[in-house]
Amino acid sequence: MLKGFRSHDLCVLLQPRAMNVDLEMDATLQVDISDALSERDKVKFTVHTKSTLPNFKQNEFSVVRQHEEFIWLHDSFIENEDYAGYIIPPAPPRPDFDASREKLQKLGEGEGSMTKEEFTKMKQELEAEYLAIFKKTVAMHEVFLCRVAAHPVLRKDLNFHVFLEYNQDLSVRGKNKKEKLEDFFKNVVKSADGVLVAGVKDVDDFFEHEKTFLLEYHNRVKDASAKCDRMIRSHKNAADDMNRIASSLYTLGTQDSMDLCKFFLKVSELFDKTRKVEARVAADEDLKLADLLKYYLRESQAAKDLLYRRSRALVDYENANKGLDKARAKNRDVLQAETSQQLCCHKFEKISESAKQELIDFKTRRVAAFRKNLVELAELELKHAKGNLQLLQSCVGVLNSNT
Amino acid sequence: SFSFSPTFTFSKFQILSRIPQPASLPALDISTNSNGPKQDSLMDDDPEDLFAGATEEVSLDSPERDVLLSDGPSPAITPITPPTSVIAPRIGHIEEEEGGDSFDVHISVSDPEKTSLSVFKQRDFSVKRRFSDFLGLHSKLASKYLHIGYIVPPAPEKSIVGMTKVKVGKEDQSSNEFVEKRRSALERYLMRTVKHPILLKDPDVLQFLENSELPRAVNTQALSSAGILRMVNKAADAVNKMTIKMNESDAWFEEKQQHFENLDVQLRKLHASVESLVCHRKELSVNTAQFAKSAAMLGNSEDHTALSRALSQLAEVEEKIDQLHQDQANADFYLFSELLGDYVRLITAVKGVFDHRIKTWQKWQDSQVLLLKKREAEAKLQFTNKPDKLQQAKDEIKELEGKVQQGERDFEQISKIIRKEVGRFEKERVKDFKTIIVKYLESLVQTQQQLIKYWEAFLPEAKAIS
Repeated sequence: MLKGFRSHDLCVLLQPRAMNVDLEMDATLQVDISDALSERDKVKFTVHTKSTLPNFKQNEFSVVRQHEEFIWLHDSFIENEDYAGYIIPPAPPRPDFDASREKLQKLGEGEGSMTKEEFTKMKQELEAEYLAIFKKTVAMHEVFLCRVAAHPVLRKDLNFHVFLEYNQDLSVRGKNKKEKLEDFFKNVVKSADGVLVAGVKDVDDFFEHEKTFLLEYHNRVKDASAKCDRMIRSHKNAADDMNRIASSLYTLGTQDSMDLCKFFLKVSELFDKTRKVEARVAADEDLKLADLLKYYLRESQAAKDLLYRRSRALVDYENANKGLDKARAKNRDVLQAETSQQLCCHKFEKISESAKQELIDFKTRRVAAFRKNLVELAELELKHAKGNLQLLQSCVGVLNSNT
Repeated sequence: SFSFSPTFTFSKFQILSRIPQPASLPALDISTNSNGPKQDSLMDDDPEDLFAGATEEVSLDSPERDVLLSDGPSPAITPITPPTSVIAPRIGHIEEEEGGDSFDVHISVSDPEKTSLSVFKQRDFSVKRRFSDFLGLHSKLASKYLHIGYIVPPAPEKSIVGMTKVKVGKEDQSSNEFVEKRRSALERYLMRTVKHPILLKDPDVLQFLENSELPRAVNTQALSSAGILRMVNKAADAVNKMTIKMNESDAWFEEKQQHFENLDVQLRKLHASVESLVCHRKELSVNTAQFAKSAAMLGNSEDHTALSRALSQLAEVEEKIDQLHQDQANADFYLFSELLGDYVRLITAVKGVFDHRIKTWQKWQDSQVLLLKKREAEAKLQFTNKPDKLQQAKDEIKELEGKVQQGERDFEQISKIIRKEVGRFEKERVKDFKTIIVKYLESLVQTQQQLIKYWEAFLPEAKAIS
């Protein structure tokens, strides 16, 4: 239990617009997260659906879902062979309030060592931070659902409909140890294979280009995302310092000689206000830039996975060809080899066809999302800088006129 | 004045340097139209600024003693002509030698013809001084003036880090920064010293400003500012350990002492926060630069042309912003942080001076106690037939009576001086804080203005993505 701070029950109503993807909202199926509740160790999302499709019993309904259920849905897409040719929308990251909770804990422990005002201020700051993280996790879960709902094929998925409509707990347990181990080996094999198939030059120029592009792009997005996070963290640290400076100046203002009292109090007020602006700048950079990069890190990985699946199908196809040649040479099991070869061919061609469209769509979405976020980032930076400037100039004006 | 040009670096040291000055430490008045201190203004806590108006009698011939202890109140003299000469020292770094860095001390005097001090007859002049020379000057001033109640500005510290700095190369960033910190600190130190009306007249100070070559200060290890303060305040420390508190009859001193205690605590706290800000701002600059590079790489690999271009533009903006953060961190440090650091050290000197007063009082009290004892002993001797011993006792008593009188005079003198000093100090402090902090806020204004420019340039680029 945190001293002086209850277990949080934050209930938040959110603006439901997905931010990192530019999706056409189709009237036939609209999904959003209308509400969310943060409890001690889990988050409960209220998934709200509006649909004119005949598959659903009602036109509008809501269910409550937790993070594990989103993961279950995502994994079911991954494991479905029919969806091998699509970019599977990346799973939302697990809600992580650990860091924030730790800070609140530390604050509670250190309550005795600071003044009441300082404590209240810091508590408000941390609560605001917690709220921001909370809003972000909700947004990321919502984006996932919206991507699925916007996809021409995935939106028809039965599991998806169950997820949206079934108003009981889906009882999806987290993966047990054995399953996690299987996953681990699958990923190991995949990356070993990934190296293998990456070396094979593709006959198709489009896919060859995409492969080269995605490999490099993914790495650079990863790097940019990490550096962006560090930059924003420094920004937050500086804002925290300003908070402490404001408090110290305030104390000086209440204690010092007449001549300096008013001066210190005014400067303290300024630091307090300007600090809030700086914190907002960091928060907006986080939202518009860091989250954007993180999202496209996951999407580019999903695109890479698609290319990998296609390569696997190609390898299978080539092997089937070889197998058919061998069978014909030995004149044994020819029919079986022929069927197998046809299946592989068909699978490969199907994947190739849908993959091409998926990758083109991916580029369109990416460009639109970057444009939207970069424009909004610049606009917000300007808004905050102008606000800050005004605060500073008016304060300097007052101080200069008083002396 | 202070500007954020992106090409600003630390590697250029000029005599009239472009580095942010703690400017408007108001310059000193050394005009000859001076008066002695007004009698009444010494006794009360008078806000009237003694040194902005008239100055002390400026004369090179008066021996030090006159400056230190006046025998009685000086005759009241009518005021006052406005100050006509101002002296502004500026310090530039010349070279690094084995014995320590050398600095060029450049003095500019605004109206040299109005001063009687020969050293200030020229309009501009320079002398070359080593870092140890500054420390030597401070040690002399501290030993002469601290124990009688003058607040002697502390000299910059010799930091251990500085002494063992590794020379990686000529343009070593951290080495340059270290030298710049030292140069700036020396300049502020000298400015404060020459601004003190008594200290400016001190022959050691005049010699420091005038002579072309000073004898090398010996044993500079012992001459670090902290060392000097420790030495001179050793007696004061003994006072602190005393359980008998001084019978303070003067509420003014009690109030002021408390005031400086509180101020000390608060300024240290504020200083720590500002130092943290400097650190984080520098980090922000570094991280922004790294992000800029990363964004440029991302832009390179992006295969949509317009988006690729926009990302490169973003990288450029972030690169400019990283320089902005670097400049702001310098302002954070040189204007705000160093102001606070200086005053934390100055207040230590102030507290030392208060302690010396207590010690002076104690000495006086001890003399009185001893006198009492001697008188009792003499009274007893009256009844014995020892004329020699009696005479000796009477002699001792006479001597002690003189000591007691001197003790009282010393105590009154130090009290008088401290009152004056504190008044001057507080006035300076108010001026310093107001001027420098406003200057600092103006640096923040500049940063925001630049930010606006950069983002305004970027916005159309982002909108151009199609």
